[in-house]
Amino acid sequence: MEFDFAAEQPKFLMLMYGLIAFVAVVGGLLLLLDVVPAWFARRREAQLVAASVSGAPLPRRGKPQEGLFALFFLLPTLLLLAVGLVGPAIRTTLLSFMDAGSNNWVGLRNYGWMFSDPTILRVLTNTLIWVILVPLVATSFGLIYAVLVDKARLEAVAKSLIFLPMAISFVGASIIWKFVYAYRSEEQQQIGLLNQIVVSLGGEPKQWLLDSPLNTFLLIVIMVWIQAGFAMVVLSAAIKAIPADIVEAARLDGVSPWQMFWQITMPSIRPALIVVVVTLSIATLKVFDIVRTATNGNYDTSVIANEMYNQAFRYGQNGQGSALAVFLFVLVIPIVIYQIRNLRQQREG
Amino acid sequence: MAFARSRQTLAIAGVLGLALGVTACGTGNDKKSGNAGSAECTAYEKYGDNDGKKVTIYSSIRDIEADRLNESWKQFEDCTGIDIDHEGSGEFEAQLGVRVDGGNAPDLAFIPQPGLLKRFVDAGKLKPVGAATKTEAEANYSPDWLKYSTLNGQLYGAPLGSNVKSFVWYSPKMFKDKGWTVPTTWDELIKLSDTIAASGTKPWCAGIESGDATGWPATDWIEDVLLRTAGPEVYDQWTTHGIPFNDPKVADALNRAGTILKNDKYVNAGFGGVKSIATTSFQEAGVPITTGKCALHRQASFYANQWPQGTKVAEDGDVFAFYFPAIDPAQGKPVLGGGEFVAAFNDRPEVQVVQTYLASGEYANSRAKIGDWVSANKKLDLANVPNPVDKLSVQLLQDEKTVFRFDGSDLMPAAVGAGTFWKGMVEWINGKDTAAVLNGIEGSWK
Amino acid sequence: MTTATPTVPTGAQAIRKSTAAGRVRKRLNSRTATLVSIVIAIAWTVPTVGLFVSSFRPENEIKTTGWWTVFSNPQFTLENYQEVLFGRSSSSGQLASYFINSLAITIPSVLFPLAFAALAAYALAWINFRGRDWLYIAIFALQIVPLQMALVPLLRFFSTGVTIAGVQVLPAWDLVDEQKFAQVWFAHTCFALPFAVFLLHNFISQLPADLMEAARVDGATHPRIFRTIVLPLITPALAAFGIFQFLWVWNDLLVALIFAGGGNETAPLTVRLAEMAGSRGNEWQRLTAGAFVSIVVPLIVFLSLQRYFVRGLLAGSVKG
Repeated sequence: MEFDFAAEQPKFLMLMYGLIAFVAVVGGLLLLLDVVPAWFARRREAQLVAASVSGAPLPRRGKPQEGLFALFFLLPTLLLLAVGLVGPAIRTTLLSFMDAGSNNWVGLRNYGWMFSDPTILRVLTNTLIWVILVPLVATSFGLIYAVLVDKARLEAVAKSLIFLPMAISFVGASIIWKFVYAYRSEEQQQIGLLNQIVVSLGGEPKQWLLDSPLNTFLLIVIMVWIQAGFAMVVLSAAIKAIPADIVEAARLDGVSPWQMFWQITMPSIRPALIVVVVTLSIATLKVFDIVRTATNGNYDTSVIANEMYNQAFRYGQNGQGSALAVFLFVLVIPIVIYQIRNLRQQREG
Repeated sequence: MAFARSRQTLAIAGVLGLALGVTACGTGNDKKSGNAGSAECTAYEKYGDNDGKKVTIYSSIRDIEADRLNESWKQFEDCTGIDIDHEGSGEFEAQLGVRVDGGNAPDLAFIPQPGLLKRFVDAGKLKPVGAATKTEAEANYSPDWLKYSTLNGQLYGAPLGSNVKSFVWYSPKMFKDKGWTVPTTWDELIKLSDTIAASGTKPWCAGIESGDATGWPATDWIEDVLLRTAGPEVYDQWTTHGIPFNDPKVADALNRAGTILKNDKYVNAGFGGVKSIATTSFQEAGVPITTGKCALHRQASFYANQWPQGTKVAEDGDVFAFYFPAIDPAQGKPVLGGGEFVAAFNDRPEVQVVQTYLASGEYANSRAKIGDWVSANKKLDLANVPNPVDKLSVQLLQDEKTVFRFDGSDLMPAAVGAGTFWKGMVEWINGKDTAAVLNGIEGSWK
Repeated sequence: MTTATPTVPTGAQAIRKSTAAGRVRKRLNSRTATLVSIVIAIAWTVPTVGLFVSSFRPENEIKTTGWWTVFSNPQFTLENYQEVLFGRSSSSGQLASYFINSLAITIPSVLFPLAFAALAAYALAWINFRGRDWLYIAIFALQIVPLQMALVPLLRFFSTGVTIAGVQVLPAWDLVDEQKFAQVWFAHTCFALPFAVFLLHNFISQLPADLMEAARVDGATHPRIFRTIVLPLITPALAAFGIFQFLWVWNDLLVALIFAGGGNETAPLTVRLAEMAGSRGNEWQRLTAGAFVSIVVPLIVFLSLQRYFVRGLLAGSVKG
């Protein structure tokens, strides 16, 4: 069938409507906020003039309507979040206390199930391994690489290579790695790179994704492979932003490269480091596609998000799926507390 | 300033829109259902006039298969004026639930799991079929089939396509060269396996990896064996949880399947040891037959589409299938299979008309002619089935002696049938013993 | 119109010949450093190269021999790409159509969260009002809500509207065909906001306070400060978030599947490619080529915006 451009026309029209809506909403909001306060300001000025003429006491200078401004700035975000995330989060929490079809209240039964079923306990342990290892390893690789290629020749190319996996979807990345881990029996030629390396070193080919807990680590490699690029880009930018005079001063003091790294580089990039670690931790808690594509949670590799999807959407167990989601909410609390402390420090500093 | 700029944008947008509008006028592509009065349409007159109505269908059928679907009801659309909008998705089972819960259900869905169908009936989402559909369905499908979509005395959908799972694929050429004959009893099958094993090559190849559905080919094995050793009545009790999942009869069936699947002398031809079954994709599993590395592969009729290009699928070709032999002659000739049911979430007249049409013999023949399709529809004329394996399947399904049973994992609640059963089979292949696996699955069935 | 616009310090543009990391690298044995970085780069690239090479190999070769054998036995074909781009199915000749869908979905889905989050992040960072820290933390914490759990309620919001105590507060959207893009934009915007606010807040809150003070003293209002001071300074940071959001939306399958549907009126490339994998499972030869078709655009976007990206993250640290 040949390509009919005219048939695509409504799509462009729709896209245009979308862009017009964008300009109208954002532009309108800014305009509104600009014009309305200006009008109030003029009125106030007039009042002041009138007051000074009549000799009456000056009207009490009202606190600037900061709160009102904030409300308008935040309005679109708050509305969308309420519909798209807050509502669903509340609904999920309620569902977690109900049965599979969401018809009757069952109290804490779903939570009891979660902490007594050995396969689910395994899922929780796996998630813990993921959330500890991924941010740590991905950030380390990103940082080391950022330091190593900084100011090197072909820096842009070198960075693009590491960033490349970020442009690939999680599903695509998992397929790529499944290919790396592929297994063929000894008599056959290997098609997986990892087994080919093992064979050429004189070993026996292995079915990598079958053996727990090795398989979980192999899946973590996929996530690290994707996310190291993110860490590298953010950290590299932070490193470049360290003021030259500090570096110069330290150099004149004769500090060693090692000291330089720990005493100058690390403290300077701390805010960026926090952003990276926090973002990666949350992304890892929610990891879903990788496990689903690579093993579907078989061989003891499942994680919370994958199990949640299976329970709620494939098995029709809304209650149990929701309970797992609520447990995710709980897991994020330490990160939230850490973030609160950071914010406090920032406000004080 | 901002205001001026946005006015400018609007003006540009207007000009662009105008230009696009002009191009659109050049190519009028309005679809007309004009030939309602022509000769080939007389057969569709009974469906009445529903010109301009639209019926949405959601299924798991995609790609070429979906094109064939569209082709199969093309004439019906042209004559009745109903526009059938079909959408296929690989995420069908999970997404259907989301759409229904989200208040965005399709008019019709082709549901391949009676267990899933029951879930929607229990939730009050599905509509029972209309009288016309019911008459058509009862005339064209055996009660064996209709019982799977009959709940609380109401019929919730007629079957559509089907497949036969009780097949063993082999290479007629290889068999002829080596002087082997197609086994017709279980003992012959084992004897043949031993003969092949003694000749130095492993006889069986298998693979149960299938993305997020990994494990299902093994459940078919167990069901097929259980149907043969314990008989259809026990099988029915097992799928409805009338007997526990870990009943000794089930354990026997699993162990018997294990004499092939977990026998290092028999498997896994072309791939490695027993454990390689777990990571071999089911699509690739039978391919070693074409290279002479494997002799036997138990898989459904639809495996005909998985052979490498250029493989001739015929009784005298490169590959063909024989009936997975019975074990206990007293249990008749059991056939395990699957298929999808046309269930309705809406009962508008045009939806019922489409539902009735899909249950008819005319539709079955129209679809079968296009190829690669099997149905249990009694009006399906064998002459309209081009592909030899499909022919064999239709023969089996229409055979009076056949005792048909639906794939058990599709009948069970999804948490078991598409959850712990699949996962249990993966663990079983991966070395876990029969009792532990069965107890685990039984424990998950609440 | 006499308010003086405060000038933006241009210190960030100063060329820095030596950075801390640069020093570290130089002082380290630079050969070791180069070696290590090359090893990492190779380790990171090889899997993709393997896939890329495979995408040009005939089906049978992919399934039986390793991709590295092409170096000794080169066998190439364009058939995989032909199949993916032009396909065997009648609808696949319209891959261009799905491509347009992807664009129509992605562009607004990047712009909306970008603008809304920038406004919100500014308010949270520089407008004093009660409870702003708690609000920020709450928005931050929303990042954890798995989007899978939001699908059903959001779909119900679109298809049945909002009813409170039997009263229809908001009507159903009742969108058809290409109008469904609006649902996808809405959904993507919702899901992107927490991370966007978090990221942009990090940059905006680090802008120098004296800059804001000076502007306030000059009588500039918040909208004015936002437009004239903050926006130019964070434009590169916006580019940074824009890339992440672009990659996420472009590669998304689940949201599009639910809110756009699978037809060629609205479904993006990812939905089509997922279908291409065949109705009965995965086939290496199509997956390899398909993966590359979908990677091309994000790659071009990343490479062409890379400059802004790096500068964007610089802006966040003007404070030093």
